[in-house]
Amino acid sequence: MAKKILKKPDALYDVFERKPGVDKTMTHYCPGCGHGILHKLIAEAIDDLGVADRTIFVSPVGCSVFAYYYFDVGNVQVAHGRAPAVATGLKRASPNSIVISYQGDGDLAAIGGNNILQAANRGELFTVFFINNGIYGMTGGQMAPTTLIGQKTTTTPYGRTIRNEGYPIRVCELLATLESPVYIERTAMTDAKNIARTRRAVRKALRCQVDRKGFSLVEVLSSCPSGWKVEPREALKWIEEKMMPYFPLGVYKDVIEEREPVELVERTYTSADIMKGLALADGEAAARAPRHEDVGEMAMKIAGFGGQGILFLGLALAETGMDEGLHVTWLPSYGPEMRGGTANCHVILSGRRVGAPLVSIPNVLIALNRPSLEKFEPALSEGGLILYDSSLIDISPSRKDIIPLPVPATKLADELGSTRAANMVAMGALIGYTDVVSVDGAIAALPRLVKRDELISLNEAAIRKGVEQGRQLRAKQKVAVGTGKGAR
Amino acid sequence: MARELIKGNDALVKGAILAGCRSYFGYPITPASEIAEAAARFMPLVGGTFIQAESEVAAINMVYGAASAGQRTMTASSSPGFSLKQEGISYCAGSELPCVIANIVRGGPGLGNIAPEQGDYFQTVKGGGHGNYRVIVFAPNSAQEMCDFSMLAFDLADKYRNPVLIMSDGFTGQMMEPVDFPEPKPVPERDESWAVCGDADTRPNLISSIYLEPEELEAHIKKLKAKYDEMQRTEVRYEEYEADDAEIMLIGFGIVSRVLRSVVDRAREKGLKVGLLRPITLWPFPSKRIAQRAKQVETFLVVELSTGQMVEDVQLAVMNEAPVRLYWRAGGVVPTAEEILGEIEKMIEG
Repeated sequence: MAKKILKKPDALYDVFERKPGVDKTMTHYCPGCGHGILHKLIAEAIDDLGVADRTIFVSPVGCSVFAYYYFDVGNVQVAHGRAPAVATGLKRASPNSIVISYQGDGDLAAIGGNNILQAANRGELFTVFFINNGIYGMTGGQMAPTTLIGQKTTTTPYGRTIRNEGYPIRVCELLATLESPVYIERTAMTDAKNIARTRRAVRKALRCQVDRKGFSLVEVLSSCPSGWKVEPREALKWIEEKMMPYFPLGVYKDVIEEREPVELVERTYTSADIMKGLALADGEAAARAPRHEDVGEMAMKIAGFGGQGILFLGLALAETGMDEGLHVTWLPSYGPEMRGGTANCHVILSGRRVGAPLVSIPNVLIALNRPSLEKFEPALSEGGLILYDSSLIDISPSRKDIIPLPVPATKLADELGSTRAANMVAMGALIGYTDVVSVDGAIAALPRLVKRDELISLNEAAIRKGVEQGRQLRAKQKVAVGTGKGAR
Repeated sequence: MARELIKGNDALVKGAILAGCRSYFGYPITPASEIAEAAARFMPLVGGTFIQAESEVAAINMVYGAASAGQRTMTASSSPGFSLKQEGISYCAGSELPCVIANIVRGGPGLGNIAPEQGDYFQTVKGGGHGNYRVIVFAPNSAQEMCDFSMLAFDLADKYRNPVLIMSDGFTGQMMEPVDFPEPKPVPERDESWAVCGDADTRPNLISSIYLEPEELEAHIKKLKAKYDEMQRTEVRYEEYEADDAEIMLIGFGIVSRVLRSVVDRAREKGLKVGLLRPITLWPFPSKRIAQRAKQVETFLVVELSTGQMVEDVQLAVMNEAPVRLYWRAGGVVPTAEEILGEIEKMIEG
């Protein structure tokens, strides 16, 4: 014959050491409050499921802020309304734990309304126990989102009105419209029958988590004699007569049987796995290249229309510069410069550590359209280079103290079969003229920058074409041009 | 080690993962969204968690949860979003939870704009949230430092069981530079005995910032303060450039310090004795070093992308030993080296 044992559940402390004051055996809850009973039901369920070691209990803000005085499990106390967000972090970080988020009505349905909605919608694998007593108990009896119409509280002294506060929120009904949650039930704790029903619901909700089925929530209609300013016995009557008609008890969602358990993936990642995951595994060759200190600084502004591959041109130069041991920076246009349909970027290739990545006075301007030439020519330093697409730009640079490098980039790219390779012709020409990086280096960097094979060969051809142009221009001018003069 | 040409924002995330960070909780905001996007890309590939939270407030509280469970975790945002996280950061500090938070500062107040600014110095460096707490704040100025300080931030967060912040800007985040990435860090010696991991060992533990009795809370605050004092003794970081014979000492952090480095080079070419002192940690602030330099220099020139916030800390450090001037731009305007050099020349002419 079964023996009845009367004792505290193991998941509740025998002595409440964390509770201040001399009385370490009674809870801080008022007479007639529902929290104590629900705590006991939860603790019993934890015991029955044998998960006390695995359980993490999230104490909210509200009367149950001190739930950690009582539960002999891992405890985390959190900010007002945020229990579902914290529970999300806990469960994701510790997927084998059993996470219980315990909230009152103000906490869950007012300040934390979106947090519970979104956690439920993500189908977080934790369990929520929601005490609905229609009032803010801890702060002294203010209106809650679940306060009934006409109910007097300290902030609805004339009774809650539809006009001023709207209708009480029915949380179970609301959350049951979501696809993700697997189990949602509303119970009450008014008599032995309802408490038994609550006990079953608590167990079922926790079991649902242990079985990794999904998000579960039990709303419990509970009394707050202090907040309601009535005797405990009257309070129970109030739940039955006033709350239950508006908040009907029942199961609002139960798809536990239909849902497959969420798989628990436990895999160890090695250093090599992580480097691969971060796409760092093939960067080692580049890392061995020496940096050289004896070159000057080429501070470039590269500009043109959006779609001309301006940013890519800069990137290809910077990538090659890095491979060849230069200090490099690449900065896309940012702020006011972005307006006007032009794309531009700042690229610095330098023999020493780069200061400002913003190029205010370039010593190289690559202009692939006329507005860019007109806009940036004035800023160029004396003796600087202006490499421009002479097949698209029908004017020449007006300044006499700079070196103009006309390159018919678009025309040459068209001859290669794609207008879009004009940017690489321009880059090739710059390399051919200045040798700021090597032709081989620029070509070697392409596979890292371009995904499709046929584009790699097109870009390579464009670079070589450009290099020819650069060499011819240099031969014509019969001057050796270094980098770094007047660089800013 | 692997070298990659990479954006600062991406380097921050890769550094975090190499440091053992395995969860990121974020909310989209320009110009910090790339950090979330990089985390979304990489976390699943290394067995980590990425969640796009329903709000900035939710994101920092998810961090609170993951940190409570002993995981290395982070979030990032930009100014208005960072304001929203402040309550949660205060909770993390109060509950002594290690975590890393990056603020990619943009123009304010209000919606402001998405251009780089430093107007969040006060809210990032001075606590920002409620109560008596402090956080270490790093101000990286390169993609390499976005990685390095991200990694260091996790170590220091653990060392002190305290949030560590990274204050950066749109330029440092958007700029691509070569970054040398180290091998992933093993973090086996990490002490997680305080955490709540959902196991028998940590079952007796409690994560909380509640101390109802005034004497108890005061004792807790004293304990926290002792940590902050220790940070002030040991975690101050700064960098100097051409500082030893400087008559005019420039002070700036983040992207400004990059511009100031160019200013120093150009000033030196003109024979002007200009140096740079760059705070790397904004808290703890290199006050002692600035006080030492105050004995040597004729003038300090603080340059900020705000109407002058760090300048107050410089003034406190200098204690009237030398004049402290301020040159500021705001709203997303970043001064050029020439502009600042012009300011210096004006100062010299008097």
